[in-house]
Amino acid sequence: MNLWLTQILAVIRLELKKTFFARRGLWIYILALMPLVLFGAHSFAVLTFHQQADFGQDTNIFATVFQFFYLRLAIFFGCVGIFMNLIRGEMLDRSLHFYFLAPIRREVLMAGKFLAGLFAATVIFGTSTILQLVAMYCHFDPPTLQEFVFRGDGLHHLLAYFGVTVLACVGYGSVFLAAGVLMRNPIIPAAIMLVWESINSFLPAFLQKFSVIYYLKSLCPVDVPPQVPPPFALLAVNVDPVSPLIAVPSLLLLSALVVLWSGYKIRRLEINYGTD
Amino acid sequence: MSSAQIVFENVSKFYGDVLGVNRVNLVVPPGITSLVGPNGSGKTTLMNLMTGLIQPSRGRIRVLGLSPDNPEEFFREVGYCTQFDTFPKGFTGYQFVNSYLRLYGCPGKEAETLTWQSIERVGMIDAANRKIAGYSKGMRQRIKLAQSTCHSPSVLVLDEPLNGLDPLVRAETIALFKQFAEEGMHVIISSHILHEVDAISDQVILLSNGYVVAEGQIRGVRDEIEDHPMQILIRCSKPGELASKMFQQEHVIEARIHKDGAGLLIKTRDPSKFYLMLNKVALNGVGIESVAPADDDVNSLYEYLIGGEESTK
Repeated sequence: MNLWLTQILAVIRLELKKTFFARRGLWIYILALMPLVLFGAHSFAVLTFHQQADFGQDTNIFATVFQFFYLRLAIFFGCVGIFMNLIRGEMLDRSLHFYFLAPIRREVLMAGKFLAGLFAATVIFGTSTILQLVAMYCHFDPPTLQEFVFRGDGLHHLLAYFGVTVLACVGYGSVFLAAGVLMRNPIIPAAIMLVWESINSFLPAFLQKFSVIYYLKSLCPVDVPPQVPPPFALLAVNVDPVSPLIAVPSLLLLSALVVLWSGYKIRRLEINYGTD
Repeated sequence: MSSAQIVFENVSKFYGDVLGVNRVNLVVPPGITSLVGPNGSGKTTLMNLMTGLIQPSRGRIRVLGLSPDNPEEFFREVGYCTQFDTFPKGFTGYQFVNSYLRLYGCPGKEAETLTWQSIERVGMIDAANRKIAGYSKGMRQRIKLAQSTCHSPSVLVLDEPLNGLDPLVRAETIALFKQFAEEGMHVIISSHILHEVDAISDQVILLSNGYVVAEGQIRGVRDEIEDHPMQILIRCSKPGELASKMFQQEHVIEARIHKDGAGLLIKTRDPSKFYLMLNKVALNGVGIESVAPADDDVNSLYEYLIGGEESTK
């Protein structure tokens, strides 16, 4: 097998163990599972109190929670936790020299770390997305549910939300991996990025394209309903939606450029946590 | 410049306004080379520069003709046992060494064999499957040594490698370094404990405040220090008689009977003349048992070159 591929797989193996089983990463699981608890409680309430079930209403609630909480906060901060930890976290732990003293190109190391982070984030948040949809609609009777999934929009929604989740991990992951290479304090880039993503709707059309949420909003299968109160409705407004054929490659290209740039910067990254 | 050597060409490193090392020009041949200097003298900076963990502000470094900027080739030939006691979280000793070999590109079976060989060499077989977090200081040192040598490098860089080792393991480790050197390896050791490196070094590099103040074989460096008279210990049967003869020589500036009464400590400005004269004296029945330089150890060099207040011993 090609040496670089072998090395990337070795890095992924090491990183996945650390990412999935780190005690300090527990809050990422909690973030990912919060909507699941909410939707589970909703279905439980419908079944227990025999409330009227409404596909349209549930679909809108899911879209609202997904766009306002899951994409903008849960996946966003989850990626801060996962991807910033890959380089900056190891610098703070004083263990990055383990990799830097190995016969591996730093660009290859970067690729391995990014793929490991992406795999971990996709498993955590992608699984949660699927389970959230199941939890949201599980109170419907099986024939109605079957009709929705196979003849209605159900399957399309499932694939679209899962795809948006993966792309969100790609986009935010690349940005926070780069931030981990460049900045000592993760709070600063996370705060700047959060503000930038939040004001995206108010930015000129050209600048909007340099954000992750711009593409993700366009890819969500259901728009946020207009009943959402004004400050939140403004965040979700998408006056110039971009087609999936442009949104997906653009986001992937933007992320690839950020990862490549990080690979270039890590070549000059110094480890100097010692004193003589 | 030979590609079988470690070469520093006018290397400087500044951390902002703070000097790390300045204008270092070195050529390090195979064998055991010790970097000696007090804390803050630039030993670790020099080692980190040599292994690419930090970049020089000026100058160029080549290790066996390889640049530290290209880790893929560089670390196939170089192993670095750092001073720092930090490891990837949750690793056992075995995993620590084995992961390195997997990054090296070794297939699973080969990596496993090399891992056990390396762990066995440092006497850590019994503790290999325990978490490193539970290791003692000495065990952590040994597992780091196992990791840095598991891929049979040609250059081994060791930052304070004997710290925390008990006397028995220390002796075994020193023997291991000697064995590496005999096999043709470059072994670079940093230490602030002079007597430790004195016994094992083929050459020394003395550092102070970021500057290389002397380099070479210990005796060679000593010979170049003309300001300080050479001290020589003569073991003989009649030290008093010998002292009176010595005082007649112009180049002898001090003759002191050793505290055990069985020898004489001489200070001379001209060792060549002294040895010529000693041959004549020996023929006159003073009964000389041995003659040995008393201040050509690293500690004396250090004291002469850098000053007593900075001496590390």
